[in-house]
Amino acid sequence: MIRVSIRKKLDSFELNAEFEAATDGVTALFGRSGAGKSSIVNMIAGLVAPDSGSIEINGETLFDAARGIDVPPHRRRLGYVFQNSRLFPHYSVRGNLLYGYRRTPAGERAIGLDDVAHVLGISHLLERRTRALSGGERQRVALGRAVLSNPRALLMDEPLASLDAARKFEVLPFIEQLRDRFGIPIVYVSHAMDEIIRLADTLVIVDDGSVAAVGPVEDITSRLDLRPLTGRYEAGSAISATIVGHDDAYALTTLSFPGGELSVPRIDARVGADVRLRVRARDVSLSLTKPENVSEINILKGVVAEIALPAEGTQSAYVDIRVDVGVPLWVRITRRSLDTLALAPGGEVYAAIKSTSIDRQTMGGQKNRDEPTETLSAEEETR
Amino acid sequence: MSNWLTPVELEAIALSLRVSLWAIFWSLPLAILCAWLLARCRFPGRSILDAVIHLPLVLPPVAIGYGLLVLLGRNGPLGGWLFDLFGVTLAFTWKGAAIASAVVAFPLIVRAIRLSLESVDERLEAAARTLGASARNVFFTITLPLALPGIIAGAILGFARSLGEFGATITFVSNIPGETRTLPIALYNLTQVPGQEEAAFRLVVISVVVALLALAASEILARRARARVEGRE
Repeated sequence: MIRVSIRKKLDSFELNAEFEAATDGVTALFGRSGAGKSSIVNMIAGLVAPDSGSIEINGETLFDAARGIDVPPHRRRLGYVFQNSRLFPHYSVRGNLLYGYRRTPAGERAIGLDDVAHVLGISHLLERRTRALSGGERQRVALGRAVLSNPRALLMDEPLASLDAARKFEVLPFIEQLRDRFGIPIVYVSHAMDEIIRLADTLVIVDDGSVAAVGPVEDITSRLDLRPLTGRYEAGSAISATIVGHDDAYALTTLSFPGGELSVPRIDARVGADVRLRVRARDVSLSLTKPENVSEINILKGVVAEIALPAEGTQSAYVDIRVDVGVPLWVRITRRSLDTLALAPGGEVYAAIKSTSIDRQTMGGQKNRDEPTETLSAEEETR
Repeated sequence: MSNWLTPVELEAIALSLRVSLWAIFWSLPLAILCAWLLARCRFPGRSILDAVIHLPLVLPPVAIGYGLLVLLGRNGPLGGWLFDLFGVTLAFTWKGAAIASAVVAFPLIVRAIRLSLESVDERLEAAARTLGASARNVFFTITLPLALPGIIAGAILGFARSLGEFGATITFVSNIPGETRTLPIALYNLTQVPGQEEAAFRLVVISVVVALLALAASEILARRARARVEGRE
């Protein structure tokens, strides 16, 4: 369990953050640039001291202003991956990777160099100087360096933000593998919802220096009141599902989720693996009767749960509707369709999802520890 | 060598090198400490420390030499104490010459090191902290190695300044053959004696050669350090 309750007067605003998250997965801090996400992580790492409050990880107090506890950063044993890799230029790749490892008490060195270099695909780079590395390689070395310090938890501050899209999807699968392979709790800061959907279990929304919401990713991203913070473009639903079969003839994979079954383009993972999908609201259509002779292969029966009309005075043609199909599913239709279909909460509808519209970029393996999903090739196709 | 140089010239060269090397060797750690204090710490009296360090740069060297004589002479407050406790005499010895050189070169060394310390990315130091390195450990494994080009530059600059030191040296430790008669003092000596133009000219040439060799050595060292710091080697 990570417990954070901190206050700090900063230049432009006052940070007042309070949240708790389980440490057996990825906790994402999401918010606009300048919302205070990085400050929170810096305080957890001990690089910045809060004015008051406390920070606790797995029952161990790292900071407590009232009790005068402030564990120095080098004794907190938290791995930190920064936005710009911050590799040491005067060390080789190997020297960088082992910097933290050598400073870890011998009894705590559960993770070794060979293992990490193999998972991150950097074994061939060990003797290089860091200057010769590409952006993606640098960030992988930075990840390895943090993991090799055998930390209690990993802090990642926008580790992909300085990379271009191609490099980003080169590094993202490695973060998934680190999460799945080594089981280190991760606190992940980002302002990119696609990364968060793919990686995180718990989502902490940070806004203007305070925590606006905390909860499972699926719940938080489907909450209407948080839509102004989670972003309109991102409007959609995160759905956790399990692979139940592959259809080789049509190159499809069948997934099971609490609302039934879904067919998606083939995923390279074994049957039984858990995945998370993201269905964008604009890729779902609604009808009052079960549609027939249509091209969509995923048609789900549901009940209208909530209608999110645009705010008074705004000139939007669209309206977002939350349909309960076993899980919350957001649908974006025009306001005219809303009136034509006379939709109202409680009404029965059919939601049609284009299987091809499922965003493969945000489809990640979820803790299938023995067989990490290799999703790199799928992403490159869609780029 | 001995065919080209007279014993007197060899003596002056050896003494100059010894005095300058000792001056740099002993002042370097203190210079690094002062540079670090000025570059990284905010404390009351910081600007006073800055001014005191820079004083030898603007004072006439003779004034510095006289000040050292008053302070470190056998009867001076510090010099008397040193003699009583350790039997060390600085005035009119080569060790005193090294101290005079060190004091005069000190501001130049501190300035060069301070600049390079200020250019070390503090974010790298923070990264090292999160990897389990204590503040002291970070200083020795990250800060110092990354500032090495500046430290070498500072040391060389100080060494060059020491080689040419004249005013403070002659005032503090006088002109004693084999003890304090360094290259510049030997040269001055010859210019004061009629008919020694050729010998004086030889010393000028020797000074130029020694200075050029020192600069070449520093350039090679600094290049290597820079390549290492920038991760090219």
